[in-house]
Amino acid sequence: MTEARRYGVQPGNPDGVTPSQTVGPFFAYVLTPHEYGTREIFSKDIVTPDAVGHPIRIEGYVIDGDGEPIIDAMLEIWQADGDGRYAGAAPQHGANTAFKGFGRSDVDSNGFFAFRTVKPGQVPGPDGTTQAPHINVGVFARGLLKRLFTRIYFQGEPANATDPILALVPKERRHTLIAARRSRGDDTVYTFNIRLQGEDETVFFEA
Amino acid sequence: MSRTIYPRESLSGDPPYLHADYASTRKRSPSKPLVIIPHTLSELTGPVYGHETVQEGDNDLTRQHLGEPLGERIVVTGRVLDEDGRPVPNTLIELWQANAAGRYIHVRDQHPAPLDPNFTGAGRVVTDSEGRYRFTSIKPGAYPWRNHPNAWRPAHIHFSLFGPSFLTRLVTQMYFPGDPLFPFDPIFNSIADERARNRLIARFDIETTEPEWALGYQFDFVLRGRNATPLEDPHDD
Repeated sequence: MTEARRYGVQPGNPDGVTPSQTVGPFFAYVLTPHEYGTREIFSKDIVTPDAVGHPIRIEGYVIDGDGEPIIDAMLEIWQADGDGRYAGAAPQHGANTAFKGFGRSDVDSNGFFAFRTVKPGQVPGPDGTTQAPHINVGVFARGLLKRLFTRIYFQGEPANATDPILALVPKERRHTLIAARRSRGDDTVYTFNIRLQGEDETVFFEA
Repeated sequence: MSRTIYPRESLSGDPPYLHADYASTRKRSPSKPLVIIPHTLSELTGPVYGHETVQEGDNDLTRQHLGEPLGERIVVTGRVLDEDGRPVPNTLIELWQANAAGRYIHVRDQHPAPLDPNFTGAGRVVTDSEGRYRFTSIKPGAYPWRNHPNAWRPAHIHFSLFGPSFLTRLVTQMYFPGDPLFPFDPIFNSIADERARNRLIARFDIETTEPEWALGYQFDFVLRGRNATPLEDPHDD
């Protein structure tokens, strides 16, 4: 079967991937519109009643190269549920709950963000390895011409020691990827600050 | 049966993080090298947001208020494709823009140009089974910003797309053909390669133009992703 028949249309003939441009400073009224009173389709609280996993909060600041908080950033998270299943993934890795594993948040006027989610389980890594629990994070902001990609790992997780992705990160920089755990009332809170530049700069990935 | 791969080389058209002419990149770009990682399940999967996320009228920015917005009415349409030209169906596109006077409704936009009570500038559309999308709006105005003396952004519409995986996520801007501000805009020119840069310029299309109604523009998005060599599968036709 030809490609054209398979997809029912003539395939295009693209001459390359569409380049990225900055999200700019004025995205909130469509991407994170909670202050505009318009309909929001993404949330920073992604726990569903049927979600598998321990509920957690993830909090932090987004900080620039001068150590100043960034007040116009947007963060996106993508993660597996507590059993290590990704929504929409192939059956052996997919979940059948309402938990979608995707969240989006702006930051407030102090540069602060807070997600509510469940702690992810372990998921397969390359070459038969297993990855430690982690959350993929995308960072967008004025001044970021393309998304920055980092990962949140969790303090006190024994699997961190054998994680195949952490192993690729220079030892002295790994701590920037590990969220610090504490309890606040009944909540388990992980702190994860994102430093775009400078001392203790967060490790960012290219994939 | 086949699988999608994401060569890193395909991103060669992207701008760098640090582009000093765009002042905001100076303190927001990483100073240490990025760590290259293999594509694991965490990167090869991605959120699925389709037709359930959009409502009637989300793709017509001229009909979201009691009256019609001022400005030059436009229709923008095209397809979302992968690198092999295969359509990306049922994927969410979010878009936002300034009004015809070059003013955003965002609370922090201080440009002393009028807001239009009949224009918000926010839209959503989901591609159909052939990867097509279409929306109606008004042409956004150019607007000044404080990057450098007498700095003006060329007219543009912001877009946010998902595609099938974490790696296909794209946020970009679409420009209009023949804009005299192109040579002066450090955001547009952050893309070093002229051919790649020109991929962000919509094409005016008389066939898309609706008589007595709206000017038509064609714009295709190409997301990361190639088809790997098809796997042997007796059930594949």
